[in-house]
Parts: sequence; structure tokens; C-alpha cells
Amino acid sequence: MLDRMEGKYDVVVVGGGPAGMGAALGARDSGAERVLILDREPEAGGILWQCIHSGFGLHYFREELTGPEYAERFFEKVIDYEVDLVTNSYVSGISVDSDGTKSVRVMNEEHGMDTVNTKSVVLSMGCRERTRGSIRIPGTRPSGVLPAGLAQKIVNLKGYLPGKRIAILGSGDIGLIMARRLTLEGCKVAGVFEIMPYSNGLTRNVVQCLEDFGIPLHLSTTVAYIHGLDRVEKITVAPVSKDLKPDMSRAWDVKCDTLLLSIGLIPENELSLSLGIQMDVVTGGPRVSSTLETSMPGVFASGNVLHVHDLVDFVTRESLLAGQFAGEWAQGVRRPADNIRLVPGDNVRYCVPHSLSPEREHTIYMRCKEAMMPCRIRVGNLMERKLRFVVPAEMIIFKIKPDLLDKFHGDTLRIDILPAEKGKRHD
Amino acid sequence: MYDVAIIGGGVIGCSIARELSRYQVRTVVLEKYAEVGFGTTKTNSGIIHAGHHSSPDTLKGQLVVRGNTLFDQLCSELNFGFARIGELVVAQGEEDIPVLEHLKKQGENKGVPGLEMWDQKRLQREEPNLSHKLVAALHAPSAGVINPYEFAFALIENAVDNGVELKVDSPVLKIDVVKDGFVFHTPHEQIASRFALNCGGIFADKIAQMVGLNDFTINPRKGEEYMLDKRLMGLVRRLIFPVPKPTTKGILIIPTFNGTIMVGPTAEDTDDRYDVTTSYDGAKQVFDFVSNICPSITERETITEFAGLRAVSNTNDFIMGPTNIKGFINVAGIQSPGLTSAPAIAEYVCYILKGEGLVLKPKGNFKHHVPGPPRFGTLGIEEQQKLIKENPLFAKIVCRCELVTEAEIHNAIDHGARTLDGIKFRSRAGMGRCQGGFCTTRCMDILAKRLGLSFHEITKRGGDSWIVTEMGKVKNR
Ligand SMILES: Cc1cc2nc3c(=O)[nH]c(=O)nc-3n(C[C@H](O)[C@H](O)[C@H](O)COP(=O)(O)OP(=O)(O)OC[C@H]3O[C@@H](n4cnc5c(N)ncnc54)[C@H](O)[C@@H]3O)c2cc1C
Ligand SMILES: Cc1cc2nc3c(=O)[nH]c(=O)nc-3n(C[C@H](O)[C@H](O)[C@H](O)COP(=O)(O)OP(=O)(O)OC[C@H]3O[C@@H](n4cnc5c(N)ncnc54)[C@H](O)[C@@H]3O)c2cc1C
Repeated sequence: MLDRMEGKYDVVVVGGGPAGMGAALGARDSGAERVLILDREPEAGGILWQCIHSGFGLHYFREELTGPEYAERFFEKVIDYEVDLVTNSYVSGISVDSDGTKSVRVMNEEHGMDTVNTKSVVLSMGCRERTRGSIRIPGTRPSGVLPAGLAQKIVNLKGYLPGKRIAILGSGDIGLIMARRLTLEGCKVAGVFEIMPYSNGLTRNVVQCLEDFGIPLHLSTTVAYIHGLDRVEKITVAPVSKDLKPDMSRAWDVKCDTLLLSIGLIPENELSLSLGIQMDVVTGGPRVSSTLETSMPGVFASGNVLHVHDLVDFVTRESLLAGQFAGEWAQGVRRPADNIRLVPGDNVRYCVPHSLSPEREHTIYMRCKEAMMPCRIRVGNLMERKLRFVVPAEMIIFKIKPDLLDKFHGDTLRIDILPAEKGKRHD
Repeated sequence: MYDVAIIGGGVIGCSIARELSRYQVRTVVLEKYAEVGFGTTKTNSGIIHAGHHSSPDTLKGQLVVRGNTLFDQLCSELNFGFARIGELVVAQGEEDIPVLEHLKKQGENKGVPGLEMWDQKRLQREEPNLSHKLVAALHAPSAGVINPYEFAFALIENAVDNGVELKVDSPVLKIDVVKDGFVFHTPHEQIASRFALNCGGIFADKIAQMVGLNDFTINPRKGEEYMLDKRLMGLVRRLIFPVPKPTTKGILIIPTFNGTIMVGPTAEDTDDRYDVTTSYDGAKQVFDFVSNICPSITERETITEFAGLRAVSNTNDFIMGPTNIKGFINVAGIQSPGLTSAPAIAEYVCYILKGEGLVLKPKGNFKHHVPGPPRFGTLGIEEQQKLIKENPLFAKIVCRCELVTEAEIHNAIDHGARTLDGIKFRSRAGMGRCQGGFCTTRCMDILAKRLGLSFHEITKRGGDSWIVTEMGKVKNR
């Protein structure tokens, strides 16, 4: 396929996960002729290949698919749409020429180091898992402490088990799903330990992966110590006080040979940083306009590289849009610059995109800082919407219609999540 | 029958092995771990000290300066990571300045080159990210940083090239003192030699006890170190030492050879010889201290942490020399600056062996050189392209954080890596910010294929450090 990587492209998409495939389709839809996806893995599909559980596509296809099934549907479309797809290809750098052309540097065993020129780029590199180092667990450094996603890869793609008696730190979705998966494989999952007073995973996963299997979830509890020289032998867990420090007077030991970490994902932005793109310190991804364009003209971003999503369906929606705008850009369409800045207010951790333009409808993706129920979202003084609840683990999505913005003359729009007003009914 | 058996393949044992391999001597190294250098040698600060910190009245104080001067030649022959980046002892108040002056004088008397006092202005110009409260500094240009494990790997590889035998996974469990030497018992075999060198690091006193010597003890002193994210690279350019105080040992800022910044070590006595644990207290001590000197360093930047044990003897000095048991020679109590002193220790041990009757006849065909491993990620694009042309596996990225290619993983295995840690410490795969999340299964694939192992037979660092287990073999439920 690499032979097709020739000449100049309209859009090059870095990363062939669901975001990358969505972006490529969006770009073709916009009329861009030459679209290329580059991925370092042997196949497109990203993290989906190892997610063999079902629960994908409920929003987008209104069907419950497994990860690989979801990937395959898009993969077929990518082929249908005559997108060039080159795998086993690692993008090691991107540079921008004075005329705005981007050169994407690719490394590939067959073809060595190559450069592809393109008018616009969509960044879709996904994310990686946080590790032991990033949360600092004291104790020994044995084998058997690993991120839950790596364990998932070992089980689902390699056909081995990470251990026999498992403890899980953090209640992120991957950890929850692995608790169930490993139990089904005959492992004993001793418990899931979460430092926060609430789960960090989707409610449906807490129910289907822990409760249904009788696996205890210990909230406000953390792993305070790892024991074992060569291999994990046990861990010490302890409830945490208000400042999230373990209270060792109430600590207890849990025997296990494996500690999985499901403590969060970090957008994979080495390439973005090397391009000098402006970043959002909260999301860990680029700051983007309402066309999902980064601070570098003609470079767009979507999917987990932009902010960590909990459902692939939303990744797809966002990336179709990013691809569309990247395709337009390649064909010379220039949208007017956004003139409204979005500012996270009370109980809002972040919102994406970072700015809006009055002439279009916008989808806002955001997360709250703390759980609240019931509550309302207030967007400046333009709109207010009641929500049954918000939790940090579940992304909040809502639309802003252009007619709303017509009446707006400020340059910043603040979004707050506030407790529901007592006695007042919203529709 | 060997002439010399070296017990312990740390940097000391490896240095001596390489030194002895210059001569017509039959040498064997017995190491209990799966690879050399997996003891204290891979868990230290990696500093090649200039030598002005230690008193000339001690053996360690004498050997350190000589050791330091030998590193340029060693590095050019063995191609390990080493750079003389210089060191600053910084004064936090006027009261520290006399100590700097004392260190300067002590160093000059010992022959430490280039020592220079810097005033606040100079210090701020050279290291603008240090606290502006610091008042002065003593600069020692000959101090350097090294990748200590690479040093040990290169030493043993060169020694083996020159005829030394290396036996890993070979803990010495028992030693018989026989008529003209010793018989060492390992789980697999019995090995005889005329001379025995006790280079057992933290276990040196236990090894001495195997031949009935009870005249010294090792009292481990733990040091915790914290490795920070790459984005802090360049924050400081030189090693930063505080003025040594009677109460604190001094926590350092270390721009490692690869540029990543490390902070530590703590110093805490422990009676557990396996206690390589890190702790909340240790981290607090390190970061509280360092943030006074360099305010932009915070605990949040940590990507990994580890601890090592200094083999502190009851004399608080190196214990080197012949013993009451003829032919049994101690090279013990090698605490800091043991890494720096290693080349000088090796020379000194040869001298001792000669005194004890070992004939050291130089070999005609001694090979001085070990090619350094290729370091794809550090090269310019043209050089990278050249490598790819020679070997397309250089275009296959295995570790994305440190940009390590498949060719480098094969190279690590060619040069002795047998475990995941062996690969990591030779090629840097897994050392970056994702700490192996990406490359672990890739490295395992290659190891399995090259060594003809199944996935579940691969270990992190030998022993019981298995990584995965077979499916369908679990019956816990
Ligand atoms: C374990 C797990 C369980 C999940 N469970 C569910 C679920 O039940 N339901 C649901 O809807 N969603 C689920 N998700 C979420 C969903 O799968 C992700 O949000 C989605 O895969 C993100 O897509 P992406 O394309 O942004 O990233 P990825 O899928 O990670 O794709 C990124 C791609 O970019 C490539 N890449 C990165 N850097 C480079 C480079 N420099 N050069 C070349 N290629 C590069 C990578 O190889 C990868 O193929 C789950 C996610 C995980 C991790
Ligand atoms: C935190 C810390 C920081 C330090 N920083 C520095 C520094 O910056 N600069 C410096 O110069 N020095 C430093 N040092 C000191 C330096 O690391 C040591 O002096 C040096 O590594 C000692 O090497 P070694 O070979 O004696 O010990 P080791 O590397 O421990 O080697 C001993 C070997 O003997 C083996 N062994 C033990 N028992 C047996 C047995 N029965 N049979 C077979 N094999 C056995 C062990 O497995 C081990 O591999 C530091 C030390 C620590 C702990």
C-alpha cells in the first residue's frame, strides 16, 4: 500500500484509530480528493482491537458492537471511500514550510524514512495510560504492576494472563472491564480500590463488571505500599483522609500477585508539542477552535489526543467534523475566526472546543469537577439546562444553536454547572 | 581450576574482571542475578565525583580522584554513556561559604583540577533556574555523569571478549577452603580457584563468613531516587550539590547522561538487605529539600522512582586487601564513591593479587574496545537515514518515548540481554515517560523469538520476576 503514498496529499491523518478513520471519512465527504491515514500498528483500528467486549456503537449505530466490530465497519468505509491507508508506519515528526505545506516524516521498515507533503493534517494519535510513576506508590518495584490496558492487550491479543490473583487500583473503565475479563478467565480479583469517593468509570461498567461478579469496590481507598521482591506478593491498602492521604492506622494487606492500574489516560501529544501547538493543561490536548483546528493553521485534532473520551461514538462524531474542516481547509475554504471564547466556570473542569463562532451550530464536550445531582448547566446568560446528575467519569455533551449566539455580543462565554434551583421546574 | 574467582558481578567485580583480562590469568565471575550490574550498580546516582568531598585520610578519599581521571580513556574504549558536565556545591547562606572554601582547599590538595568559587551573579548567569536565594557556589568541572549499568555491561563484555568466564544465575552458597585455594558451591556446579575476590556488595560480610571471617560487617544505607519527566530537561546543566551539613547527607539534582533530571538520594540506615523500597517520607524529604534549591521541581513531575543500598562497612571506608585466609581478598564496603573509584579499585586489586603471588603476564592480543550500542533517537536525520539503509529494522520503532528501534533491541540481545530489564538498561526501551506501557509486549515478542522462549518464560530481571502466566492454568475459583 505504501506505493500509494506519493505526491502531495490534501489531508494526512496521523493515527488510524476510530478518530483517524472518522477524520479521513469526514475529509473525503468535504470533497478532499487525496486523503492518507498513517498508523504505526499493522492494522488500523487503534485501541479497539483489544476491546473485545461489547458496548460500542450504541449512540452512533444504535447497535451494541464489540470494539473490533466497530473498527471493522469503519475500516470498510475507509476502503470504500478510497482513502490511502499505510500501516506499520510511525510518524516521527511534522514540519510546516513557509507556504503552509506540511511535511510529515514517516518511518517504515519497508521504505525507511520518508516524507509526505500535505495541505492539512489531522492529529489522531490517541492516548496512553498513566503508570505507577505518575502517582507514586511507595514500596518495592517487582514485576506484576502494570496498567490495565496493557493487561488487556496481554489477555486479548497475546493470549496470556497478567497473573492469578489480581488487585486493581483505580476504577477507570479499563480496570472495571479487566476485572470482569480476568474473573471469567479464572483469576481471583481481590478488589478494586479507588481513591475518590466515587467511581471513575461508567455506571454501567460498575454494575456489569463488578457488582454482577461480587467484586468489591472500595471507595476513598488507595494502595499505600507494594510488597514483593521479584514479583508482587501483596499490597497494603488504606482509606484516605480528606486530603487524599492514606490513613495508615486503618490500613490492611491484600494478598495478590498482580496490581493493575486504571488511573487515567494521557493524550499522546509529543508530536503536537514538537510542532509548538498551544496546549490546554487541563485536557492535556491541544487548544482548538470550533473547527477543531489547533493554534497551527491547517493542523486539526480529534479523538483521545484532544481530550479523553469515554465512548467511541463521540470520538467518531468529533472526528468526522475535524476531518470535514481539514478537508475544506485543504480546498482553500477559510472559515472566519472564532470570536467567542469559552471559559470553564463553576464545577467545570474543561470544555472543548475552546472557542465558538456565531454562524454555526456547536457541540460542546465537557467534564465536571465533582459529582452533583440534580443540577443545571448555565451557558452565559444564553441558556440553561437541567441535568439529572453530573459525574466526572461521564462526559457532558450539549449543543449550542446559532440563533442563540445571534443575540450574543460579548467575547467570552462562561459555562457553569450549578445545583438545581429548589422549587423551580425546568423542562 | 581458575586462577581467580570474582564473587559478585557489580561494577566492582566487572572492573576487576576487565583489568585482569589484560593478563594471562584464568578468571571467572560468579553472579547471583540473571545479569551483571543488577545490584547496587544499577540503583545509584550515576555521578563520577570530582573527589573534593572526601577526606584524603580514607581509602575511598584516595581512590576517587584516580578513578575519576581514568574515565575519559575508559569511555573512549568501551563507549558507555559518560559526560563531564561539572558540579556545583551551592551555598544557601553566608554561613555556608567557609565550607565551600574548605572543600576547595581539600580538593586542591588532592589534585582535583579546576575548582573555582562562583559568586551569586555568576551562579545566576550559568544556572538561571536555581533559587535566587543561593549566595555562591563551588564549581568542579571534572565531575561527570555516567550510565552505570552501561559501564558494567561494557566492562564485562570486554572482559569476556578477552577470555574471562561469566556465570550468571550463580549465587555462591558455600565456600570450601582447600589446600591451594577454594571450591565454590553454586546451585548448578562446583568451581575451584586459587584466589577469591569478595566483591559481594551488600552481602560481602556474609561471603566473608563463608570462609570463617567475621572481622567486618556491612550496614546497608538506603538511598531513594526520583526520576523526573523529560520536559524538565535542561533545567539545570550541572550536578547540583548542597553544602554537606552534619545532619543531612545532601540531596542532589542530577542531570543524568541522557538529560533526564533525577533528584535524590536520601540516606537512611536499614537492617534489611533487600529493602529497596521507596517511601512517602523519602519522597517528602527529597522534594522539600530540592524545591528550596530549584523551585520549579515538584513531585508531580516524577515518572519513576527507585532505591539502592550503599554497602557501608563498620569502618565507614572501603575494606580492601588480603585476609587471614590465604588467597581470599576482600573488596568490600564499597559505598559511594564506589562507582567513581571502580577503575582505581581494579588497578589496586591487581596490585594486591601480585603481592599475594599471582603472576600478571600481559597478553599480547588484549582487545581494548567494545562498540557502543547504536542510539537511533539521539542521531541527526542523515545519520538515521544511513542506519536505516544498512538495516531496515532501524525504521521500526519499538519504544516511542525514547525512540528505540527494533534494531537496537536485537543489538541489546546480541550483547547479552536476557530479561526485559536487560533490554531496558541496554537500549533504553521502557525508560521513558510511559514506562513500558507501549513497548513491553513488543520487547517480549522479540526476546521470545530470539531466545526461543515462550511468553510466560520471560522475566523482568530473572528469578521469580515472571511477567505473564499461561491461560487455562488458573484454578482459583
Ligand atoms: C480499554 C478501553 C476500553 C474502552 N471501552 C469502551 C466501550 O466499552 N465503549 C466505547 O464506546 N468506548 C470505549 N473505549 C473508548 C474508545 O475506544 C476510545 O475512546 C477510542 O478508541 C479513541 O480513539 P482514538 O482514535 O482517539 O485513539 P486510538 O484508538 O488510541 O487510536 C490512535 C491510533 O494512533 C496511532 N498512533 C499514535 N501515534 C502515532 C504515530 N506517531 N504515528 C503513527 N500512528 C500513531 C496508534 O497506533 C493508534 O492506532 C475504550 C477504550 C479503552 C482504551
Ligand atoms: C543511592 C546510591 C547512590 C550512589 N551514588 C553514587 C555516585 O553517584 N557515584 C559513585 O561513585 N558511587 C555512588 N554510589 C555507590 C556505588 O553505587 C557503589 O559503590 C557501587 O555500585 C558498588 O558496586 P559493587 O560492585 O560493589 O556492588 P553491587 O553492584 O551491589 O554488586 C555486588 C554483586 O554481588 C552479587 N552477589 C552478592 N552475593 C553474592 C553471592 N553469594 N554469589 C554471587 N554473587 C553475589 C550481587 O548480586 C551483586 O550483583 C551510590 C550508591 C547508592 C546506593
